[in-house]
Amino acid sequence: MKRRGALFWLQLGFTLFVCAFLIVPVFLSMMAGLTVNYLTGIESGLTLRWVGEVWSGYRDTIFLSMGIALACLAGTLVLGIPAAYALAKRPTAMTRAIEELLVMPVAVPGLATALALIVTYGAAGGFRTSWTFILTGHILFTLPFMVRSVLAVLNAIDLNTLEEGAASLGAGFTQRFFHVVLPNCRTGILAGSLMVVTLSMGEFNMTWLLHTPLTKTLPVGLADAYASLRLEVGSAYTLIFFLMIMPLLLALQAMTRHVR
Amino acid sequence: MTEGFKPIAITLENCGKTFADGTRALHPLTLEIAASETIVFLGPSGCGKTTTLRIIAGLETPDPGGRVLFDGEDVTALPIERRRVGMVFQSYALFPNMSVAENVGYGLRVRRVAGAEAAGRVAEMLAMMRIEALADRRIDQLSGGQRQRVALARALAVRPRVLLMDEPLTALDAKLRDALRLEIDELLRRLGITAIYVTHDQAEAMALGDRIVVMDHGRVAQVGKPRDIYQRPSTRFVADFIGTMNRINGTVRDGAFVTAAGAIPWREAPPGASEALFRPEDVTLDDTAEAHLRGRLTAAFFLGDRTRLFIDVGMEKPLVTETGARRDFTHDEPIGLRIDPRGLMAL
Amino acid sequence: MRHETPRLILLLLPAGIFFTAFFLLPLSRLFAIGGSGADGFAAYAAIVTDRNYFASLLSTLALAAATTAATLVISGISGVFLQRSRFPGNAILVAMLTFPLAFPGVVIGFMVIMLAGRQGLIGEIALRLTGEKIVFAYSMAGLFMGYVYFSVPRTILTVMAAAEKLDPKLEEAARSLGASTWQVVRDVIIPGLKPAFISAGAICFATAVGAFGTAFTLATRINVLPMVIYTEFTLQANIATAAALSFVLGAVTWVVLAAARTAAGSSVAAAG
Ligand SMILES: Nc1ncnc2c1ncn2[C@@H]1O[C@H](COP(=O)(O)OP(=O)(O)OP(=O)(O)O)[C@@H](O)[C@H]1O
Ligand SMILES: [Mg+2]
Repeated sequence: MKRRGALFWLQLGFTLFVCAFLIVPVFLSMMAGLTVNYLTGIESGLTLRWVGEVWSGYRDTIFLSMGIALACLAGTLVLGIPAAYALAKRPTAMTRAIEELLVMPVAVPGLATALALIVTYGAAGGFRTSWTFILTGHILFTLPFMVRSVLAVLNAIDLNTLEEGAASLGAGFTQRFFHVVLPNCRTGILAGSLMVVTLSMGEFNMTWLLHTPLTKTLPVGLADAYASLRLEVGSAYTLIFFLMIMPLLLALQAMTRHVR
Repeated sequence: MTEGFKPIAITLENCGKTFADGTRALHPLTLEIAASETIVFLGPSGCGKTTTLRIIAGLETPDPGGRVLFDGEDVTALPIERRRVGMVFQSYALFPNMSVAENVGYGLRVRRVAGAEAAGRVAEMLAMMRIEALADRRIDQLSGGQRQRVALARALAVRPRVLLMDEPLTALDAKLRDALRLEIDELLRRLGITAIYVTHDQAEAMALGDRIVVMDHGRVAQVGKPRDIYQRPSTRFVADFIGTMNRINGTVRDGAFVTAAGAIPWREAPPGASEALFRPEDVTLDDTAEAHLRGRLTAAFFLGDRTRLFIDVGMEKPLVTETGARRDFTHDEPIGLRIDPRGLMAL
Repeated sequence: MRHETPRLILLLLPAGIFFTAFFLLPLSRLFAIGGSGADGFAAYAAIVTDRNYFASLLSTLALAAATTAATLVISGISGVFLQRSRFPGNAILVAMLTFPLAFPGVVIGFMVIMLAGRQGLIGEIALRLTGEKIVFAYSMAGLFMGYVYFSVPRTILTVMAAAEKLDPKLEEAARSLGASTWQVVRDVIIPGLKPAFISAGAICFATAVGAFGTAFTLATRINVLPMVIYTEFTLQANIATAAALSFVLGAVTWVVLAAARTAAGSSVAAAG
């Protein structure tokens, strides 16, 4: 191995410090969730009591969040893939403007979007109090990620020629779409799906205003727990959240590296 | 193996194409293509070859008034998937999500051909293109030449009524191109299929075409057998685009074409011709007093079996000829030339 | 292909209807409501005329700018380093640095509490060393820390991707002409990474301006615009002001992102 200069060690030290900054609190909170008394430290013993407490108290939020995330995924797939296809087929000023517009819910703070939804549909009783109200916000916020992710892949493959190839062999639009277009943008769909599910599970900015006492999602429950319960319970709750999104994050990370 | 192919005649009637942005890619064109004929569209880049092919395929609609007929049946309104054509794209357009065999069988799959029959047909096609060993490969594991074969096999597997090829060999290197050209030629004759081939390579056009359609700026410049196009170009553009053409200015007088560099006997000279054209192979070196033209050598390229000479005769461009003479040429040496009168033409 | 425009419109339609019904329409409604208060549409000027709002706008922007600067420096150094230097453990470091990629704001707030809260690590260490406890989680400093925490992972990814595309020959050419390490960084690496910096920085800035979860977890007392809006809406029930302020907030972030997109010429998208 070649000799490293002082600069290398300086940079490595810095990077390790940044790494510690990011990872140490994660580790601390996982520990806290399993410790009998965080103040006393690990000597007080390990316990699953806090996790159990969270599970019995906040189970519903976990299932609701999963349900919303999956519904959100379905929604973004149904709305997003056809839209991405249409945008990829016609790269005109018009479609670029549409794309720009579709991305706005990401740029505009969730708080503003949530307020806008409330002032417009807040009076629609059944809708306002149902979980679909939250779902609407989540789809708005995650749709751009699905569209962009699929669009990026569609722009990278020679979509028109592939489709013409299939058409020359007798395939009509539906066949082309399902046999050629979808299979060839599956990396984009997969990356978009992971992103959508992860973001929906963690969405708080909008959800905090959109939720009702009966429609609490996991992050809403987390905020509750942080504000009102002891540190160990908040930590245990966070631990559960980590366990739920960890596989998603790892998969997402692998994909990001793969796409790069 | 040729059974199942039912070649058709194709008629283009006033097929023009103006794109949405106003580009006039094709002026109204009328053309009859006979069943089993191989026709080649030849022309420089941007002259409208691909556009014509895409109109025949059904990927573009001709401007109003244009019609495409397959065996007399008007197919202008039919999209490509209902025209039963086979198409080979310049970039091949093979599906990366399918194996070689799946690609070849795709047309049969969308036509719901029964499994056993489809498998048989795929095997037959793979054997015909000699790519049986590649059946389970992914597309990105193939070389350019192999992709080309898969694309051909895929287009032929559905027994199309006409085979359309858009510069199928352009992406390949020169050696492979020659080999595949031979193979395609042999295949087309064996199958007896109507074939339409687009290229900007005149050697390819000459070798493959029963007839060649030379195109220029969206118009047909000339249609004819390769030999006719070469020996009797009907326009200046065709004369210059195909092969090398010498031109010299002068006047017709007493059965000869008189130029500043000498007189060429030319009994059938059209009266009033002010320019004579001839190919390099109709020129021989002649140092005797009987030489038709005299000039000075400006450059000599030794090509191995022959030498290519450029001779200045006081015209805009030097005359070109080739000789097998085994001697050295020196710059500026005087050269006498004799022209075969059978090769002379005027436009 | 031919005649496909109607089909493409049809495919775009579901997303278009959804988007119009649940975004464009509500936003225009929000705009109208923002102007329906006692002051009418003058409410939109309140963000600069009202001293309290203006102060929180300024502190929000200052916080966002500081976050962006710190994130870019940190990610620039570590990102280029990790991309350029191959050493054992490199991949693990990258994995750890990008692990918190999609943590929501609330959780990040909690991470800050774990570090700098009342029972936090920094406080404990300071107590041991100096006998005095340092607690800054529940202040602007804590929020700053949280936003940096949030932004570093995604920015590092962007920087690494851009650094990978940098042509090492440029660097070699600069060295062959006698440039020092610092000159290479200034004249080759930073200009080469500029588009990535601009787009990543814009996302950073926009998120820091509009994010709410972290501030919410840390305290309601931090004077940043999203918290002000939230307070106006829930505690004061002052819907018109909340609407006007959030509309302005949305406009600010959108303009920042659009400007960055124009400057960087690449795709810029933010994440909550
Ligand atoms: N979709 C389109 N919109 C506008 N103009 C087009 C379109 N397709 C082709 N053209 C234009 O029409 C003309 C003819 O194009 P065409 O593709 O038929 O040329 P070609 O002879 O196949 O050339 P090449 O040898 O380069 O493939 C060109 O000027 C081209 O720029
Ligand atoms: Mg072409």
